[in-house]
Amino acid sequence: MAAHLSYGRVNLNILREVARKDLREFLDKCAGSKAIVWDEYLTGPFGLIAQYSLLKEHEVEKMFTLKSGRVPPADVKNIIFFVRPRLELMDIIAENVFSEDKLQSSRDFHILFVPRRSVLCEQRLKEQGVLASFINIDEYILDLIPYDGDLLSMEYESAFRECYLENDQTSLYHTAKGLINLQALYGTIPQIYGKGECARHVANMMLRMKREFAGSQNQILPVFDTLLLLDRNVDLLTPLATQLTYEGLIDEIYGITNGYVKLPPEKFAQKKQGEASKDLPTEPKKLQLNSAEELYAEIRDKNFNAVGAALSKKAKIISAAFEGRHNAKTVGEIKQFVSQLPHMQAARSSLANHTSIAELIKDITSMCHLASEAFFDNLTVEQEFMTGVETDKVNPYIEDCIAQKDPLIKILRLVCMQSVCNNGLKQKVFDYYKREILQTYGYEHILTLNNLEKASLLKPQTSSRNNYPTIRKTLKLWLEDANEQNPNDISYVYSGYAPLSVRLTQVLARPGWRSIEEVLKMLPGPHFEERQQLPAGLHKKRQQGENRTTLVFFLGGVTYAEIAALRFLSQMEDSGMEYIIATTKLLNGTTWIKSLMDRPESQIS
Amino acid sequence: MTVSFQIFFTLFVQMMKSKADEEDYWNSSKFKAFTFDDEDDEFSTLKESKRTVNSIRCLVEEDDDKEEVEKVSWNGEPVSSKTLLWLLKQMFSIVVSLEKFRSLQDKLLLLDSCVAAHDGNVITAVLIYLKRTLSKEVLFRELEPRQTALSHLIHYLTETRDQRLLLELYTCLTCFCFQLLQYKEHLSIADENKRRDFLKSCLSLPFSPEDSSHVQDHYTLMERQVIIETTDRRAERGEKVERALILNMPLITTLSYCCLYHYSESEGTFSSPLNIRQTFKISEKQFFVTALGARAKLKAWSDVDALFTSRNWLGFTRKKSPLGFQRVVDILQKNSAPTQVLQDYVALVDDAELRITLAQKHKCHDIVINTYRDLKDRQQLLGYRGKVERGSGEERKIDELLNNLQIRWKN
Repeated sequence: MAAHLSYGRVNLNILREVARKDLREFLDKCAGSKAIVWDEYLTGPFGLIAQYSLLKEHEVEKMFTLKSGRVPPADVKNIIFFVRPRLELMDIIAENVFSEDKLQSSRDFHILFVPRRSVLCEQRLKEQGVLASFINIDEYILDLIPYDGDLLSMEYESAFRECYLENDQTSLYHTAKGLINLQALYGTIPQIYGKGECARHVANMMLRMKREFAGSQNQILPVFDTLLLLDRNVDLLTPLATQLTYEGLIDEIYGITNGYVKLPPEKFAQKKQGEASKDLPTEPKKLQLNSAEELYAEIRDKNFNAVGAALSKKAKIISAAFEGRHNAKTVGEIKQFVSQLPHMQAARSSLANHTSIAELIKDITSMCHLASEAFFDNLTVEQEFMTGVETDKVNPYIEDCIAQKDPLIKILRLVCMQSVCNNGLKQKVFDYYKREILQTYGYEHILTLNNLEKASLLKPQTSSRNNYPTIRKTLKLWLEDANEQNPNDISYVYSGYAPLSVRLTQVLARPGWRSIEEVLKMLPGPHFEERQQLPAGLHKKRQQGENRTTLVFFLGGVTYAEIAALRFLSQMEDSGMEYIIATTKLLNGTTWIKSLMDRPESQIS
Repeated sequence: MTVSFQIFFTLFVQMMKSKADEEDYWNSSKFKAFTFDDEDDEFSTLKESKRTVNSIRCLVEEDDDKEEVEKVSWNGEPVSSKTLLWLLKQMFSIVVSLEKFRSLQDKLLLLDSCVAAHDGNVITAVLIYLKRTLSKEVLFRELEPRQTALSHLIHYLTETRDQRLLLELYTCLTCFCFQLLQYKEHLSIADENKRRDFLKSCLSLPFSPEDSSHVQDHYTLMERQVIIETTDRRAERGEKVERALILNMPLITTLSYCCLYHYSESEGTFSSPLNIRQTFKISEKQFFVTALGARAKLKAWSDVDALFTSRNWLGFTRKKSPLGFQRVVDILQKNSAPTQVLQDYVALVDDAELRITLAQKHKCHDIVINTYRDLKDRQQLLGYRGKVERGSGEERKIDELLNNLQIRWKN
């Protein structure tokens, strides 16, 4: 039972339990002792579903990483490969099978494809001559993985790229299937809204799949009132901007993967009183980040400038709690104090961790340090673009950064932002940036630039006018004096800029999209509304003051800042709405651009 | 797979209904199609079809979703049992011969319906079949307007490393979208000579005019880098210092290298910075920054000075810079330029405030003193006296100025 999944309005534990059950069933199918050979990429997402203890219960005795050569020796009856359906991996598996010493051991082979089987892959295994060696070949459909009480992700990294660059809508098919499965557990969602081409496809697929299962009507009382499908390309701007929430910054700087972050260890060295200071640890410090940690749940979505105050306040509370030992006089009181100790110690350790993290971030972002001037300068340029300042000229800061050979991704984020805010760059400016980038970072980056153009992130201006200022004004995307400490609007997540995607969500709830019909037309893709029939008697009778629940699905990726903004809306007193967020991938500007690059490793130079 | 099944079923019932035994033409195939079944694909009666379904059941038994098969509403349409067999087996992801789809029209209809189902695996399976049973010309021609299918085919050929067919495909396509994918392959060629030759072979592909010029530049650069590398390594033998390799480095990095080691060469050589600037149309600013950085690294201050000097028609020299002098000072300072050198350039910063800040930062006392004198700021000058060395020439200079009765101080 994952504690952090039960906090929200919707109990996402159910989803996780179903996934665990499916896994158990497959493991039991391969009866006897077993060893799992893992595709490295899968260990993270699987970790969110099942720990080793569950595997052990089903006779998994050893675990190995998939690599060429031989599968290490292990006295087990079964070897099971847990892999994505990728051709390269099939070759490695074939090698593993061939290298098996048949005289020494007689282990049975099985494959579990995650999330689906693949004709291509099985054919490859056949060509390699090993297909017949496998006893069980199955698929494990792991679509939506619960990350937190209000957050689901498919961790489908290439979804955006596949849809917008490669004309491959397989990810949308998976999404639709994932939603169908979700409805099987949580009830049919009566209202579907959407904006974007992909949203339209997903909705169509869902409705068609539903019709095909016409016989079996879902009798579960619906938990979700509305589903909102949003294409990432409706809001290309938000992921490009540097996130300014606590969690957003952790992700931007250190990267959060599968709910974990790896941090430089220096600040986390434990100094115990009386002991000589040990050597500093060299292993990065790995921390889990989710809402089960009380302090983290409090500060994760705050603007970073408000985190310091929150940590001070917490420090005082914890201090006072520990001081309480002086007040415990009677045996009863002492007993009570002692029973609370574990909780207090956990709170103190949590505080220490987050104080260290906050210090690390402050070093990089605050104005006081020389190194962080770069951060501030970058932010200034971002905000200039967002407010429409001189987006039609070559930007001198970007020019300087290129001349200094700053990391390519930093450059790309900025030029894409300028392009998006200007609805495409003037031909001269476009050509200039392109040439400078190719000459400074290498001609091979023409592939990346081409991809960015295809995705409409970095393109020359066509004759159409720039609608961005109108969109910005109508939807109030820029609020000059955003209150970072006690925000009253979602724009606090970027210290002034309200994420377009979240604003659209907000307006949908109240007063509705009819009021912004004109603006919606300026954004790419159709917008639509569909209704799904509920069996008679299942229509919810809403109590007075009871909130409605909307599932917002970001097709192509979502940032932590947008998640924070949606949580803010949920918490607003008069919103009447609670949001659950789902996406194909949790991302930030850097990982997003990287997924569109054709040679990721070269961006380091 | 149950979703795809329903689509296929509906579509193929239609297909079989609408066309009579229409085999327009046999398509020329490179390889003889290998069929597992001997039976002919005539329309069969209900009885046979039902029997087929029932024989499939044993496969179905293992699967939980028995209802899926039952749901197939059997309204008695005549359907080829082979089609049905294939369709049902697709449901359970078993690879089966597609040989019954013979005519081009059948094949295209099959492909289009797979694309409509958005199922990547199935699309690929059909493409593999089409690749085997259609001539290249027909296949390429039919795929060109079908972007999704085309993308899938390219993905498949890339994964299976069918370079030859890919190249043929790219050459045939009239749209500009895919030639770059061929170009991309250069990244997997390690040997520099082979890579250079590969790039040369790419030049003939029908790129867009813009991409074409970039690929041309890349080839030219690669060619040049190989030449410079070879020459320099030969010359280096005997020298102790190992120079940085420039192979596969970006253009500006290459320029920097040439500014370091080939600066004074005449414009006629491959490694002359001026020649490189000319050939690749490097902007004045970029050239300037690169040359400045390189010469500063070698502490060749007179070369640095020469960069700024320009003669106008009167014969006078004046210092001009495409780069703000603040940046210049920054670069020089990073390369440990002595104060005397820094001073010259700090002095050229227009903005007085900025000039003072920089001068103070780099301890260019004379400039600070002179600027305060020009600003007639007595207070600041007095304050600065404490920052210079006791008994130094600067101190004396400040004292002289402070005692100068002719200056009209503002404070």
